[in-house]
Amino acid sequence: MKVLVPIKRVVDFNVKVRVKPDGSGVDTANVKMSMNPFDEIAVEEAVRLKEKGVATEVVAVSCGTAACQETLRTALAIGADRALLVETEVELQPLAVAKLLRAIAERESPQLVIMGKQAIDDDANQTGQMLAALLDWPQATFASKIDIANGRATVKREIDGGLETLSMALPAVITADLRLNEPRYATLPNIMKAKKKPLEVVRPDALGVDVAPRLTTLKVVEPPKRKGGGRVADAKELVAKLRNEARVIP
Amino acid sequence: MILVIAEHDGTALKSATRNAIAAASRIGGPIDVLVAGHDAGGAAQAAAQVAGVARALHADAPQYATPTAENLATLVVGLAAAYTHILLPATGFGKNLGPRIAALLDVAQISDIIAVESADTFVRPIYAGSAFATVQSKDATKVVTVRATGFDAAPATGGSGTVEPVAAAADGGKVQVLGQELTVSDRPELASARVVVSGGRGLQNGANFKLLEALADKLHAAIGASRAAVDAGYAPNDYQVGQTGKIVAPDLYIAVGISGAIQHLAGMKDSKVIVAINKDPEAPIFQIADYGLVGDLFEIVPQLTAELG
Repeated sequence: MKVLVPIKRVVDFNVKVRVKPDGSGVDTANVKMSMNPFDEIAVEEAVRLKEKGVATEVVAVSCGTAACQETLRTALAIGADRALLVETEVELQPLAVAKLLRAIAERESPQLVIMGKQAIDDDANQTGQMLAALLDWPQATFASKIDIANGRATVKREIDGGLETLSMALPAVITADLRLNEPRYATLPNIMKAKKKPLEVVRPDALGVDVAPRLTTLKVVEPPKRKGGGRVADAKELVAKLRNEARVIP
Repeated sequence: MILVIAEHDGTALKSATRNAIAAASRIGGPIDVLVAGHDAGGAAQAAAQVAGVARALHADAPQYATPTAENLATLVVGLAAAYTHILLPATGFGKNLGPRIAALLDVAQISDIIAVESADTFVRPIYAGSAFATVQSKDATKVVTVRATGFDAAPATGGSGTVEPVAAAADGGKVQVLGQELTVSDRPELASARVVVSGGRGLQNGANFKLLEALADKLHAAIGASRAAVDAGYAPNDYQVGQTGKIVAPDLYIAVGISGAIQHLAGMKDSKVIVAINKDPEAPIFQIADYGLVGDLFEIVPQLTAELG
């Protein structure tokens, strides 16, 4: 069984992003970039499926600029077998990425696509669901446990208020939530090995996909600042303030 | 015309549905609410009574008892031609379903809006709320998920909508729901609670979360957790408040042993009053807290519980 793992290069989660003074976006020049954390979980899960003998090949794919090759190398260092970059300088929105991934999926015929539930830059939480819709495949979003057997996936997924268990025939799209696994650190030997693994580059037009953005960003601003910093000395003063000043408790 | 997809439990609407209806009112035009369920007449009635609703469209079929995104998306796409906007609450339910609808309609989704600028322009947070983006959609149908904290819920009563049956779509049979394990709790729902008590890594282990329960009982509060606490296994995932968990804006938010990573702040910084209890006076949570209390949470929380009498 082949597993396809789409990954996104994003501003590292530790970076405090700054809004550009002209309001056109956030400043991503010279900031640390990393693999989207949920995608890292997806790569780890796919590699574990291979280690268990369930998957035979793990293919990582990313859509974006040439710099995404670095992110793909990270996936290869975790244990993916080969990588694909759909290279473009156009700003890619989730629907466009889903269409690119559909084209890749039709070419590669994976039985399973595992990807992060949400990218931490645009916080859209869309691409997996869109890909499943475009392929007319079943979807299991926000997965916390995946079992593959007899051509079916049984997935525990996080829902508001608890967990839900779904069963679906493969091929399917699964999106990874936080508790699915804890990704390993790539070891130095594996980082070296990853440099020699195959990485193919294709362009969107070769896939016949129109990636023009559908949404126009009119402006980006800083959110209003919250004024905090008040202090109280002890529990007694806190309760008094909450009662008499903030009036949020009876 | 706007279609709001209801999240409900068969008898009542989940409160986030009314926040989505409020966002629909801001866009303007007649509002229909789709209630897909099985024996969910109560929820359909409730939807028709919400202020501003013209019609509650009631689709009844066994496959909607615990509906899948696949089946609901097919149903919604069949109805979509009549609507300019399709709105969903940005809950687990809506996040799962909305993009599937959008892709089938070949339109973008605008996720997690916090404000309506006009019928085609919306404001949404990006980068864990570090920036607000104003985005415009030129798609024929706008598929939008609505962040509940951005809009005061439409009143549950006062509407004079009608309930109209709509035909169910065929069961695609792609996915079987084997079961749900829901946390049984007498506490209010985290997403809509008036008071939230949240714990972080400072609690040190899962057993210590009990300490928060006594405090939450006194305040009729929901219990939340930081991602760090969920990661460490102290609390279940559906407690998680933050960028990739739940977004809450209660009247009172008490952060206990939470340092205040930006990803956590993204989920609670719109709370009316924020209290922080932390032993580290430099913890970033204090910068946004109205009332900060520096000290050992294992002493302070029991004192606080006792003070509340």
